Amino acid sequence: MRDLLPDMPGGLGVRDLWLARKGKMLLDVPQLCLDGPGPTLILGPNGAGKSLLLRCLHGLIAPDRGRVTQAGVPLNDAQKARQAMVFQQPVLLRRSVAANLDFVLRRQSLPRAARKTRIAALLAEGGLDGKARQSARSLSGGEAQRLAILRALALEPETLFLDEPTSALDPSATQAIEQMVLRASARGVRIVMVTHDIGQARRLAADIVMMQGGHVVEHGAAKQVLDAPISLASRRYLAGGLVT
Amino acid sequence: MQGFASEFSSALTLIVTGDSELWAIVLLSLRVSVFAVLISAIIGMPVGAALAVARFPGRRVLIVLMNALMGFPPVVVGLLVYLMLSRSGPLGVLELLYTPTAMIIAQVVLVTPIIAALTRQVVEMLAEEYSEQLRSLGVSRLASVPVLLWDARLALVTALLAGFGRAIAEVGAVIIVGGNINHVTRVMTTTIALETSKGNLALALALGAILIGIAVAVNAMVSTLSLRAEQEGLRHA
Repeated sequence: MRDLLPDMPGGLGVRDLWLARKGKMLLDVPQLCLDGPGPTLILGPNGAGKSLLLRCLHGLIAPDRGRVTQAGVPLNDAQKARQAMVFQQPVLLRRSVAANLDFVLRRQSLPRAARKTRIAALLAEGGLDGKARQSARSLSGGEAQRLAILRALALEPETLFLDEPTSALDPSATQAIEQMVLRASARGVRIVMVTHDIGQARRLAADIVMMQGGHVVEHGAAKQVLDAPISLASRRYLAGGLVT
Repeated sequence: MQGFASEFSSALTLIVTGDSELWAIVLLSLRVSVFAVLISAIIGMPVGAALAVARFPGRRVLIVLMNALMGFPPVVVGLLVYLMLSRSGPLGVLELLYTPTAMIIAQVVLVTPIIAALTRQVVEMLAEEYSEQLRSLGVSRLASVPVLLWDARLALVTALLAGFGRAIAEVGAVIIVGGNINHVTRVMTTTIALETSKGNLALALALGAILIGIAVAVNAMVSTLSLRAEQEGLRHA
């Protein structure tokens, strides 16, 4: 296990994280540091705690014990504001495509002309040119997820969390999302993404966090975790065996 | 039978010839009810939305109370507003009793709980869907209220129409506080009651037909908007 100290500069870390509901442990992560330059993918079976970990890292769920740190200090509101999250089911406002983007840009107090320029650039980035006035709720699944990612990117986040953004999409829509994710990562956005898709992890990940039963069972460079996993749970998951 | 036919014929004549007395009553009814619904919306929508997103002790009790107020008997509301506005009441100095304003106040008391309760229901459902996303975008609970109200606009128009339907068909409360004074506070429902008792069925029937027409139109709009809101909600659900 590669884990470094979570207090390393710039790293997104977890220390002694514990989350339980109705007496059942859901997350128990003593230590984790996400400090690599490329995308981090979180893999594991259903109920492993992947989405919960993502929500804790983003501050949407407060753990019962322990803390999430960014650059060595407990996650604060200013740091949360530099994070964004895209959910498995894109939650789009009941407005036009452009209005969904404008919603976040207005909150940054950008003048109207700057917002217009930025919206055009974002739509081009997501291949949604010509759909600005269309109702966001009438987009296809892939387009909707691309808009959700664009809206997150409009915040110019340092860290972008993605919770299984392609789980309901066909290969072509998945590819479009993956390209957006890779472009964002190349621009320096820290990507932390949950997936079930081992192929996707192979295509995108610089490092992989493998989870099972609320624990991080392995964390390391993608090649090492995928090709020579250390833990039995990782080996069984990657081999397609049943993991409970 | 011939008498009925003649009354229906007279009622139709009153409507199509634009009888000034009849249309003055219709216009006053619409004016009172539209004002009442607007005021109720200004009060009820933020209250309903706040109850949907806020979490505080006693919230459940308030919701139950608000739902109970939807079924408050109109005559009791009329009586309470009458007591408030009567000469010896706390607001007697305003001399509002037996004016259209008194009728608006009574309708506001009746309609506000309906709009607030329906708003709470609609916004709470939407808040459930939006909650994590809005928090992720840094929108606080308080700041989420206008976002939710705007995005629930189709369903909220339905709530307004439901409130208007209640207001325009109201008779018990407005007759107590309005007094049914000719050319001053006589609205459709109170005129129907009075003219029927006097045997002037033509005017009562004409107003009844218009009232039914308004009710049907309002219900048709509610159905159309509900369907659109449902379709909007189902997309990508």
